[in-house]
Amino acid sequence: MRLLSIELYKIWHNRTSRFLILSYFILIFSISILSTINVEIGPIKFNLAEQGIFNFPYIWHFNTFMIALLKIFFAIIIVAMVGNEYSYNTLKQNLIDGLSKADFLKTKLYAILAFVLTSTLLVFVVSLILGGIYSDYNEFPIIFSDLEYLFAYAVKLFGFFTFCLFLSILIKRSAFALGLLALWQVAEGIAYGLMKWKLSDFIPQLSAEQVIVYFPLNALSNLIKEPFTRLSAIQNIADQIGEGFTKDYGISVFNLTIVLLWSALFIWGSYGLLKRRDL
Amino acid sequence: MEKTLLQLDQLSKHYGKLKAVDQLSISIKKGNIYGLLGPNGSGKSTTLGMILNVINPTSGSFQWYEGTHTTHQALKKIGAIIERPNFYPYMTALQNLTLICKIKQCSTENIQEKLELVGLWDRRHSKFKTYSLGMKQRLAIAAALVNNPELLILDEPTNGLDPEGIHQIRKLIFKIAEGGTTILLASHLLDEVEKVCNQVIVLKNGVKFYQGPVDAISQTFGFFELSSKNLLKLKAFLKDIPQIQSIREEKGSLIVSLNAEMEAEELSLKLAAANIFVTHMVKKMPSLEDQFLTLTQS
Repeated sequence: MRLLSIELYKIWHNRTSRFLILSYFILIFSISILSTINVEIGPIKFNLAEQGIFNFPYIWHFNTFMIALLKIFFAIIIVAMVGNEYSYNTLKQNLIDGLSKADFLKTKLYAILAFVLTSTLLVFVVSLILGGIYSDYNEFPIIFSDLEYLFAYAVKLFGFFTFCLFLSILIKRSAFALGLLALWQVAEGIAYGLMKWKLSDFIPQLSAEQVIVYFPLNALSNLIKEPFTRLSAIQNIADQIGEGFTKDYGISVFNLTIVLLWSALFIWGSYGLLKRRDL
Repeated sequence: MEKTLLQLDQLSKHYGKLKAVDQLSISIKKGNIYGLLGPNGSGKSTTLGMILNVINPTSGSFQWYEGTHTTHQALKKIGAIIERPNFYPYMTALQNLTLICKIKQCSTENIQEKLELVGLWDRRHSKFKTYSLGMKQRLAIAAALVNNPELLILDEPTNGLDPEGIHQIRKLIFKIAEGGTTILLASHLLDEVEKVCNQVIVLKNGVKFYQGPVDAISQTFGFFELSSKNLLKLKAFLKDIPQIQSIREEKGSLIVSLNAEMEAEELSLKLAAANIFVTHMVKKMPSLEDQFLTLTQS
């Protein structure tokens, strides 16, 4: 708790971080504004809430996917705060003041955990309220089915943030660390493309799809699949034009394991970097 | 016997072929004021970096409190300032010190006293980034003192300050020393060390050159500064006095070093007896600076 309060103190007294955190939580709540969207173009009336996106248990899938997009807010805070520690030399000062390197890393990790838990709880509450208002099905077992999406959401955020933490400790400068994050995304795309193109020539038993799932950002995005094609409206359209989807939208233990393994690797790597480097 | 606060044992730091610190063994005992001397690049800051947990030693080891505390436990009980003050620029002085108390796990009730000591209490709600260099340095001292440390480590605390700032910091160090805190002061400003410290450690090229009491390093019999209208006659006469080690001429006067005790009165009588009258005569003890230069240049 002491370590967590140290990091929260640093974050809270930084105006930019405070602004980002507040806007993050406000944005989560404002997702409910989505429900009031009414599009009327001539005879076509479109209301998001009536499309069933707030139906239990589909809402768990939809909200966790959408709100996870906002994770970049906290990612920026992590990267900026670690970058600051290096550029202000306060990491050095913290160590001199008696924080061990492991404790320093723990302050960051506890802040990440606290944020992930708060965010997950908020998603739960917001979804419950929205579902309560708009869902067509309000039976207890239906409401609380598919809750594994919330778990996947927490893992997804934790995995992404530990990745950001590792990058920022590796690069020491916030702007470059975010740049590398973007570059990494591109690199995974290129790697996928190359594998699709050539991999079967070298190892015929292996397909690009089998390999790419092990890549960190890909593994993260596989955790919660896009929910749009699962909507009945879109399913209906697809059926009509003869392109029915048969996709597994569930949460797989396999993906969860990969992400958690990456997280462990990133934390271990961050600690290794901190320990080895002179300041 | 005094308690040993810190013991360095064969501590070394090599950067490739460069030996920044080489097999350094030092012990720091409670109640003393140590001066860590050495020219720039002699390994002072590297040594402090290692004992403060920010630089990994290449070999050797160090022990805090005779091994009863881990390094980070020990660091919570001491105070240290290195090179330049490092604080969160977006926080006020008060917020910065509160954070340090959280890290050091000490009570925040000392903050007011320490900020008053360094004269920053009135500016406690100003952000650190608005401070002048002198104020930043003084805040660093307040931060280092906030846990009432048993040992205060200061690395070049007057670096880059204007004369007034230097004077303020020096006064502060005296004040702290009088309070009985053990101090380790790294500096290349020798008069600073000479005035405050009772023990000196001299480093050169990462190797310990000398360790001992300040008086011992300057334990010589002193020298006379003499001038006369007839320097040649004076010089010829002085050559025959057995207590005199060497004579050299500097800016129209003679610098006469002694190798045995001799009071000014005694020399004056001898000169008068020989009918030599001087226009200027002072007996001086060499400054630490002179001694330091003789030590490190030999």
